[in-house]
Amino acid sequence: MLKLILRRLLQMLLIMAVASLLLFAIFDTPEFKKRLAVQELGGFAVSALTEESYNAWLAEKGLDVPFHTRYLNWVGDILQGDMGFSYEKNRPVGPLLLDRLANTGILAFFVFALMIPLSLVLGILAGMKEGSVQDRTISFLSVFTTSIPEIATAILLTVVLSLGLGWLPAKAAMINGFSFRELLLPVLTLVIYDFGYVARMTRASMAEVMTSQYIRTAVLKGLPYRRVVMKHALRNALIAPFTLIVLQLNWLLSGVVVVEVFFEYDGFGKLLLEAALFPDVEVVQACTLVAVAVAVLSQIISDIGYTFLNPRIRFA
Amino acid sequence: MAVTEIEAGPSALERLSHPRALIALGLLMWLPLMSYVMGGSALGPAADYILLPAIPATLLLYVLGVRAFRESRVAVIGLTLVFFWLLAAVAAPYLPLLDPNKPIAPFVTPLSEKRDVFFWLGTDFKGRDMLSRMIWGCQRVIVWGVSATFVAYVVGALFGLISGYLSGWWDEIISFVANVLLSFPVMVLFIVILNYLGPSGFNIVVAVTFASAPAIMRIVRGLTLDIKTRDYVFAAQTRGEHPLYIMIVELLPNVRGPIIVDACLRLGYTTVAITTLTFLGLGLQPPDPDWGLMIRESAKTAMLWKFSYMLLVPALAVSSLILGFNLMADGLREMSLRD
Repeated sequence: MLKLILRRLLQMLLIMAVASLLLFAIFDTPEFKKRLAVQELGGFAVSALTEESYNAWLAEKGLDVPFHTRYLNWVGDILQGDMGFSYEKNRPVGPLLLDRLANTGILAFFVFALMIPLSLVLGILAGMKEGSVQDRTISFLSVFTTSIPEIATAILLTVVLSLGLGWLPAKAAMINGFSFRELLLPVLTLVIYDFGYVARMTRASMAEVMTSQYIRTAVLKGLPYRRVVMKHALRNALIAPFTLIVLQLNWLLSGVVVVEVFFEYDGFGKLLLEAALFPDVEVVQACTLVAVAVAVLSQIISDIGYTFLNPRIRFA
Repeated sequence: MAVTEIEAGPSALERLSHPRALIALGLLMWLPLMSYVMGGSALGPAADYILLPAIPATLLLYVLGVRAFRESRVAVIGLTLVFFWLLAAVAAPYLPLLDPNKPIAPFVTPLSEKRDVFFWLGTDFKGRDMLSRMIWGCQRVIVWGVSATFVAYVVGALFGLISGYLSGWWDEIISFVANVLLSFPVMVLFIVILNYLGPSGFNIVVAVTFASAPAIMRIVRGLTLDIKTRDYVFAAQTRGEHPLYIMIVELLPNVRGPIIVDACLRLGYTTVAITTLTFLGLGLQPPDPDWGLMIRESAKTAMLWKFSYMLLVPALAVSSLILGFNLMADGLREMSLRD
């Protein structure tokens, strides 16, 4: 197990190195440098700039050296804990990224706090009696809600709850400090989009367990149905959903972009998009590293959890 | 006479249900639509009637589809939603619609009249007719979504077949590249690629290929590993067939089944991705109508209850199309499990 984890971590570092090198090469093209110049100095100033003063500007920004030397410098800085500097926000990337990650973390916390109980309960209720009316209703509901893209869910919720009924603020920009009411719409959007998927997987896992021999034995022994479900079925049925829920962390990092942009919530996704459009290369780099790390780590956690929860593997 | 006509009906439909006939009909629907959207002004005067043969082809395909899916109500509902938009896409030039790019009167609410024109869905902040923008908008979403998914499948299946059948170094290299791509969150990949290549329909195809092909490759690779030990593959190897022949003629047709369901789901994802990317400003560009673009343009101005229709119309349109794809996938899976 330990060997497997170490190999995964090594692979993660390798992927990070390859990915960041590629990103550096991509953002090294003349067009991107030009765009950065336009952002920094204004389009008019750049068009009036002579070749020499443009080169001087590049030299001042440290952009005139070939990208592999810049890359090596950047790697050296990272190893010393320095994530670089954001051209756009004019502050070091480290604190900026932490700030935004904390915001997305808050969002993710509430999403999971709502989504996990909701999807597990619905999935179990549906899987308990396969093919029953409650199963079909829940299954259809979950297909339906996952079919509506986040952007459309965000629009529907905003129009109904905010513009129509006036219960919640339409934006989550948090101008006057943190406010839970502003966070509700983004949280609801993400929960509605995602719960269906986890619920369906829970249902599949539950339905499979309910057809197994030991459940039939328990029912035939005359145990109360409630107890069969709560004590016998759930322990096995919840193993698969657990791994899935951890993997949703990875999904959240992509899924959060459009929600944060729509609701103007200052989180990781909005930072990434703004940085990529600017182009703020060191911010994009840092965001990508975080994203890759989250992807690989959530995979490892879900693997460990699976082994730990499943006695058949644990004792094998 | 009457009797023979009744008997001739179903048999004609059955003959059309043959895979080759279906492919021909599909191409008859798809090629004009694709060249209409991608060709644009290059088509010249031909643009006026190129979509005409596609309309009967679409209707016929729908009838055949309903016949094939009749066991599953869910699949029929999905099929209906998808074909509603397909029909709208091919018939858009011939419907009595206003010009989707022409400003007429801004901020007209739905079901009201202004300047002697009746607006079913109102107009947007620039005064363009929402109904015609919605119907024209589905052309681009469908064409780019399907093309991107198709290219991703070709690339993913090819690499999956190579990696699964040839194993060894090929497998190591392809799997590593796939792992690198898969460990990026999808949105990060999209944003980086589209930001690098610049926003356009063709670049969306490239970005979707990079994002989806690794997952498709894994599925195909797994299926290939399972199938390549079958006798008919050994037979082909003994005959001395070229590996490429074995991959395409022996293996590919046999991994088709599970892939079709996945393709339906992936069509939905791609549609979501295209709409989302366009909303973020990384996808299709104005002024031509497009659902993501409609949302993007209205998101700033329509934040009032009275004008919320500007956001609701494209949101409901894209949701119904994706619901159609997902219900179709669900129905197909259900049907494949049954037999």
